[in-house]
Amino acid sequence: MAASKSGLTSEPVGKSVPRVDAWEKVTGSAVYADDMQFGPGLYYGRLVRSPHAHALIRSIDASKALALPGVKAVVTGQDFPKNIGLYLVDRPIFARDRVRYVGEPVAGVVARSEEMAEEAAQLVEVEYEVLTAVFDPVQGAQPDAPLLHPDLGDYQVANFIFPQPGSNVSEHFKLRRGDVETAWSQCAAIVQQRFRLPQIQHVPIEPHVAVGLWEASGQVTLWTCSQSPFAQRDLMALSLDIPHGNLRVVSPYVGGGFGGKAGISMEVCAVAMARAVKGHPVKLRMTREEEFIGTTVRQSLVADTKIGCDAGGNLLAMETSYYFGGGAYTDYGVNIARAAGYSCTGPYYIPNVKGDSYCVYTNQPIGSAMRGFGMPEIHWGIEQIMDQLAEQIGMDRAEFRRRNCVKSGDKILTGMEMPPIDLVACIDQVTDAIGWGEVEAPSAPHKKRGKGLAIMWKAPAMPPNPGSAAIVRFNEDATVNVSIGAQDLGQGAFTVLAQMAAEALGVPFEWVRVSVPVDTKYSPYEWQTVASRITWSTGNAVRAAALDARRQILEVVADHWSETPEDLDIKDGTVFSYRSEEELPLQGMVIYGLPNENFEGWKGGPIVGEGKFMPTYVTNLDAETGQGTRAVVHYTVGAQAIELEVDTETGEIEVLAIASSYDVGKAINPDLIMTQIEGGAVHGMSSAYEGLKFDEKGRPLNPNLVDYRIATAMDIPGEIHGSFVETPLEDGPWGARGVGEHVMVPTAPAMANALYDALGIRFHDLPLSAETVYLAVQEAQGAE
Amino acid sequence: MATHSITLTVNGAQERLDVPSNMTLLQLLREQLGLTGTKNGCEAGECGACTVLVGGEPVNSCMMLAVEADGQEILTVEGLAPEGQLSPLQAAFVKHNAVQCGYCTPGMLMTAHALLQRNPHPSEQEIKEALVGNLCRCTGYVRIIDAIEDVAGQGTEAQSSEVRGGE
Repeated sequence: MAASKSGLTSEPVGKSVPRVDAWEKVTGSAVYADDMQFGPGLYYGRLVRSPHAHALIRSIDASKALALPGVKAVVTGQDFPKNIGLYLVDRPIFARDRVRYVGEPVAGVVARSEEMAEEAAQLVEVEYEVLTAVFDPVQGAQPDAPLLHPDLGDYQVANFIFPQPGSNVSEHFKLRRGDVETAWSQCAAIVQQRFRLPQIQHVPIEPHVAVGLWEASGQVTLWTCSQSPFAQRDLMALSLDIPHGNLRVVSPYVGGGFGGKAGISMEVCAVAMARAVKGHPVKLRMTREEEFIGTTVRQSLVADTKIGCDAGGNLLAMETSYYFGGGAYTDYGVNIARAAGYSCTGPYYIPNVKGDSYCVYTNQPIGSAMRGFGMPEIHWGIEQIMDQLAEQIGMDRAEFRRRNCVKSGDKILTGMEMPPIDLVACIDQVTDAIGWGEVEAPSAPHKKRGKGLAIMWKAPAMPPNPGSAAIVRFNEDATVNVSIGAQDLGQGAFTVLAQMAAEALGVPFEWVRVSVPVDTKYSPYEWQTVASRITWSTGNAVRAAALDARRQILEVVADHWSETPEDLDIKDGTVFSYRSEEELPLQGMVIYGLPNENFEGWKGGPIVGEGKFMPTYVTNLDAETGQGTRAVVHYTVGAQAIELEVDTETGEIEVLAIASSYDVGKAINPDLIMTQIEGGAVHGMSSAYEGLKFDEKGRPLNPNLVDYRIATAMDIPGEIHGSFVETPLEDGPWGARGVGEHVMVPTAPAMANALYDALGIRFHDLPLSAETVYLAVQEAQGAE
Repeated sequence: MATHSITLTVNGAQERLDVPSNMTLLQLLREQLGLTGTKNGCEAGECGACTVLVGGEPVNSCMMLAVEADGQEILTVEGLAPEGQLSPLQAAFVKHNAVQCGYCTPGMLMTAHALLQRNPHPSEQEIKEALVGNLCRCTGYVRIIDAIEDVAGQGTEAQSSEVRGGE
């Protein structure tokens, strides 16, 4: 058997190998969309945006803009008659007839320089007739609310989304299980409350950049920072009538996504503008202000939730209405409401459930996917109610969760059988790490300390059949190129996929190269890099491709040695036989094959392995009850415990420690999981303080990084304890499931529960500003 | 727009350039010199992604006019590993997985480089204070601080080949 080669990593799955992209990123040589060079033919685009939240467009006059030297074109909604949209095709590329949020693109100006385009954009004259706007999702869902989309019934829609034409409801998901009314009478404790969350933004450090090129030949290319190159190709092909084969999306490194660079937002505007100046690439990049209001945001939520349990602490019933403030167009929004509906109980077994989840159009920025996809929003209320139920019946909050949390094999709310997970183990790990039950003295008399716990679940929320594909190609020296359409947003996908390829092939990790950038012209298909699905789905495809290549190699060598492939194996890049103990290095033979005896001909040839993966077992859910055999592919579960200290004189919160644990199935790269856990904990903490603010006319008040603060290095918790549980996923590669989004889901409710522990005050609304906390403390003290 | 002839040193090399009055140092680096390692995150001095060193001091290059750089010495991320040999700080960022999406990384490295130049052994608190103007949305800053502490603690070349063990 081949000896382990010095300095190389054999069998890398489960090892914390370094990131494959780190060298490029620390030297500044990693190329992002804004870094790509297009030469002197490059034009620049700027968008003319609506100043009104809801208005009819009376006229657009671009003559002054077009008269400016250097201006090449102005496009408007009339140039693009077809809508674009992911699940519900509701969005014009540029507004036609009507604007539905402040910042909606009304026209696009193309000019020789960015400055000229900006100047010309100011000269485009638009006349509006202002309409009454809708900002609150509950009011917006009422029958008498002003309609944002009178044509809702005419839009194309996916067969699992249920818009309500004649209203602002773009999706209504219904969950009906058991008999809620009877169950209430058996409850010893019932808590019913309303929770509110504002829109927040992803705030990737890299703002969106898109460069479109429409060639006279009909070839169209988009270069952009994208989580979804293939989905963007598909959506643009349908909206702009481009054959898929003529449309190419290239995505270099992505400077942070968090869902904001999935689906499609401003990218299509760059391509649409490029159509007007064929042969010239058109670059469109968002300012930070545009990033806040002109890409997408996390939806707002109003949750009316009622949960009850018996005297023994067994959950009996839940009734909930989730009203997502979807913004002007839906992108992912309708499917977020759907996911919140079929997961509406959170990670609990509850026998009687009535859930209604609505996505409601509002005259605000487009609500779409953000890390957690509806789960951080609904867990904010659920997890606070669970604490109150435990308190009312006199049970420890952790024990209450251990008792009621979802377990393997449970028939969960949709009727689906819960795949294997161990949430109790996650609870145990975080309560141990935080010192659950121990009370530490605050650092000053006017400060109070508390500990809180929250648990979570999240399924990849997708259509039933999103596919992944992979190609594994050998080079002469037995290094390997792995082609995938999945993207690395920083989460480490390229590294993990390289580990899987190496493991399945039997070559050292260092021999594997991931072929980037992702390019729909050359990369195999990938639905989208979303839903924490890449380790699992693309991982399965890479593993299949590697096993395909491995099979081809073993067949050739077995023939060469007159043995059977079953007796052969590959380790550290050498084929060997368990039977004959023959050995053969892969170098050369993976391209040139092997000679027959006495060189009388050859066998084999270049080794190229193909693999794909698509879940085939997800079923539709009943439209009236949400019941079905298999709602989702699986769930990842986890827990967080938080210790904080709050200053009663200022309302400031200091998070002292966060302990997190998730059931990852199998840790392909343990340290990369830790970096997700740490980054997610801080992201989750930061999100509890964040909120977009609008004036009474729907104009954004804080679209910049001074007035919309995200956590800095000064704000991070003193300690972050990360850990994980490994209950293998049946169809995960080596048992792995995703964990990228889950890491921020429980943070805000765990903070709220710790705040209650410290102050005895419940906070139902986000954000947890110091002002809010201070005023609540004052009010409570006044009441005493 | 009037242009100005300026002379400056960028990563050790002398450059003579004609720049418009309103051009920022960030634009000069990215668009005239092709040094795209320095990133544009907000063009408002709020995120730190464009941090470079001017005369050894960290500066948001989006907030400095190119003409103000006349006669100055500029160091960008490309200057940290001119021969492809990672600096101790870069190697520590790799070793500690202090990099995720990588967009804040060049600015983080420049701020940390300046910190260690003026204070070779900063405390954790001093590191956090130095980084406060550099935003990161991925890492939660934990590994960035670890990496800087590692370099501050060793005072010698970091071993880039060392791999952090699983936990």
